[in-house]
Amino acid sequence: MSRLILYFGLAVFFTNCKGEQKMALDATDVFKSNGIEIPVYDFESLEPLLKINDGKTRVINFWATWCKPCVAELPYFELINSRYPDNEVEVILVSLDLPKHVETKLIPFVKKQKIQSRIVLLDDPDSNSWIPKVDESWSGSIPATIIYKGNTSKFYEKSFTYDELEKELKKML
Amino acid sequence: MKTLKILVGVAFVIAVSAFAIDKVSSPKIDGGYTIGDTATDFKLKNIDGSLVSLADYKEAKGFIVIFTCNHCPYSVAYEDRIIELDKKFKTQGYPVIAINPNNPKAYPDDSFDNMKIRAKEKGFTFPYLFDDGQKIYPQYGATKTPHVYVLEKTSNGNIVKYIGAIDNNYKDAGAANEKYVEDAVSALLKGEKVPVEITKAIGCSIKA
Repeated sequence: MSRLILYFGLAVFFTNCKGEQKMALDATDVFKSNGIEIPVYDFESLEPLLKINDGKTRVINFWATWCKPCVAELPYFELINSRYPDNEVEVILVSLDLPKHVETKLIPFVKKQKIQSRIVLLDDPDSNSWIPKVDESWSGSIPATIIYKGNTSKFYEKSFTYDELEKELKKML
Repeated sequence: MKTLKILVGVAFVIAVSAFAIDKVSSPKIDGGYTIGDTATDFKLKNIDGSLVSLADYKEAKGFIVIFTCNHCPYSVAYEDRIIELDKKFKTQGYPVIAINPNNPKAYPDDSFDNMKIRAKEKGFTFPYLFDDGQKIYPQYGATKTPHVYVLEKTSNGNIVKYIGAIDNNYKDAGAANEKYVEDAVSALLKGEKVPVEITKAIGCSIKA
């Protein structure tokens, strides 16, 4: 509970290991295990992440460990994250794993796959209310991806190959 | 210094939210059925080995067709609620017909044999059909599991009256305060218009 209070309502800039500035949102909770921290958001607290206007291009991927096509394309997002400079592109992996699976499935997966991109958990069961806010056309199946920069945004309810993903990203740089 | 950082952070968040533009939402489904369409019948293999069609249900007033499967945590989270729907509405003329649309080559958990095992474990009270060759789900336009279609039987065929989620809380049945499917079927039984006709939900993608 104290953890919850500590993070709730706290919005700070903090510096990560690469020295880049990141915006932290009002997480409702944080899972910590094995040296990995995953903040948890409801949609309202996550939404600002989809609308940052700082000149950087963001690639937001909705996924889950149980989603096979999501896991299959994850290395491409990781590759984008490592190949493009942090001040130009940020990859954010929004996990839709159930909260009860975070410590048993998500964190072990992140550790095993050595995932470097930023990972957050979206825990908001009233999905009918927030799916259309991500994109009107989204049926709710994953993988789904948003690539955006400032007010220009494109939504994809599909799986990517690396080339397709990079091609779409380049249109938005 | 820390206070300053917090203040700058808060100011930035406020600035960002101020620029946020909310999109106007209007439900749209690409391909597949929309409300008012006539749903196709099928002849699919049930876990007991029989072949099941909607036309077999002479007494039914309609159907709760649910595309669901074994491997998906969202489907699993709804299993008890699917059983409850069947128990509540089968006797009133709206049986649940569950269809597994997945290709077992992509998801071995969703093989026909594993469907039998899961149905037995959970005590499914409804047919659990296998969309062999994945021919039926694309006609309905199901994109994920679970994905519900409530059909009303009329002289012109089975008409789609509701498409979407079972309720508005996949995590906790007790916390769901919008029971979309229940409300839809109850309205149809009373001869009323379905209050919410299309909803969206996170689910496991059918196309693997």
